Amino acid sequence: MGKDNRIIVTVVGTDRTGIIAGVTTVLAEANANILDISQTVLQEFLTMILVVDLDNCNLDFEELKQKLTEVGDRIGVQITAQHESVFKYMHRI
Amino acid sequence: MPITIHPNEILETIRMVQAENLDIRTITMGISLRNCAAESGKRVADKVYERIVSKAERLVAVGEEIQQQFGVPIINKRISVTPVSLVGGINTHKDFLLVARAMDKAAAEVGVNFIGGFSALVHKGATPEEEVLMRSIPEALAETERVCSSVNIASTKAGINMDAVAFMGKVIKDAAYMTRDRDSIGCAKLVVFCNVPEDNPFMAGAFHGVGEPDVVINVGVSGPGVVLRAVEKLPNVDFGTLAETVKKTAFKITRMGELVGRTASEKLNVPFGIVDLSLAPTPAPGDSVAQILEAFGLERCGTHGTTAALAMLNDAVKKGGSMASSYVGGLSGAFIPVSEDAGMIRSVEDGALSIDKLEAMTCVCSVGLDMIAVPGDTPVETLSAIIADEAAIGMINGKTTAVRVIPAWGKTTGDHVNFGGLLGSAPVMKLNQYGSTAFVKRGGRIPAPIQALTN
Repeated sequence: MGKDNRIIVTVVGTDRTGIIAGVTTVLAEANANILDISQTVLQEFLTMILVVDLDNCNLDFEELKQKLTEVGDRIGVQITAQHESVFKYMHRI
Repeated sequence: MPITIHPNEILETIRMVQAENLDIRTITMGISLRNCAAESGKRVADKVYERIVSKAERLVAVGEEIQQQFGVPIINKRISVTPVSLVGGINTHKDFLLVARAMDKAAAEVGVNFIGGFSALVHKGATPEEEVLMRSIPEALAETERVCSSVNIASTKAGINMDAVAFMGKVIKDAAYMTRDRDSIGCAKLVVFCNVPEDNPFMAGAFHGVGEPDVVINVGVSGPGVVLRAVEKLPNVDFGTLAETVKKTAFKITRMGELVGRTASEKLNVPFGIVDLSLAPTPAPGDSVAQILEAFGLERCGTHGTTAALAMLNDAVKKGGSMASSYVGGLSGAFIPVSEDAGMIRSVEDGALSIDKLEAMTCVCSVGLDMIAVPGDTPVETLSAIIADEAAIGMINGKTTAVRVIPAWGKTTGDHVNFGGLLGSAPVMKLNQYGSTAFVKRGGRIPAPIQALTN
């Protein structure tokens, strides 16, 4: 597994049914493997973080981001996808 | 493989980018023009154009690619070149204008918004070529859109070239006149330096120094919003704790810059130069250095205590940055341009911030008197005297200082100039009404100070 190919997907918004289903469907259809998932709900606000491996993904990163944004707009949450290296580099020596 | 990033860190990064205006301010490609010397001005201009376009053709595309990949906005992609006065074969006014136009055209071709390096280094004296270049600056800045210019007139080792200081007062005034229909914007593209760094990624003072490699990638990071938010969370802590927080925040911001710089350098197959971590404001709300100083507990930026607050901020930023990257740039710290900072503009309008206080603040800030609009009828000698004061601060303290003032044509104290975009808008500030003519007219060179004898 090439670690350069891992991305972090974050989902922020008001909690409602279907958010996980919406996001994971996009990833599954793209053949992107979810390595880890965590979510917290503070009052009605949901924050979900997914670590996703793109090794076998059949879309390029651009297209995947586009699809995630589309589903985010549809279900009313904000979805961000960034390469893992940003987070690692920023907080670790 | 274990997942080692804490969710809080992920959310912190995303918040910094989305809510607190953290950005990579600029990726600047430095390009040496020293192999562009030729027997005619026309031939030099052609070679300059070809060289810039061939080296920088992928710069903008790679910048955009990295922005997508990391999800961090990269605001500007820019180019700096060897000070044009050092490129052999050009020695007339007409030749220098040909090169300025070639630079402008090349910048447009590759899609960068500014190109720096219409520059001369005359701290100890000027060659005939450098004198002609300085004389060509107002016209070059008026005729071109993207070309930026800088002149180094002093250094700790050489002293202050007062002939050049006197001359640059006139150059600034002429640049203001030649762009009078656009609020004298020519002056916003011209910086007069003392102790200029050779690897500065920030316009308008960027150029590609003679000690630099053939081509290099320098990165400038900025995040006043991120620091502001961190400081605002700590209204009642002591200065030690406050400095620690700023330092940690600066560390994180610099790491982001280092990652972007190294990635860009790899993708472009060009050596990586420096990360310059500077708290450079923008006119956007919350992206203000003045507001950070106010969050330290000052009612308005410019009041008593402001210099101390800025000194602490500047130092903490440098300390955080130096831990995060081994190649931190020489200007790292806080920029205090007036027109580009909503908090500064308000302080001037409220009468809290005067030119004298700004000068005092430049003793401890990153660069100097920056983007300050002054009355259009300011005498040339007064502009020169402002430059001399600022150069003296840099010379004695072994730091970089700079002057970018705009004597806004036809405007007077209390009026506004407006440049739009990142250059922002500024209230015209009041200057001391007494003259400095006899002082400036002496000419010659103020000798290097005792600090120069360090060997």
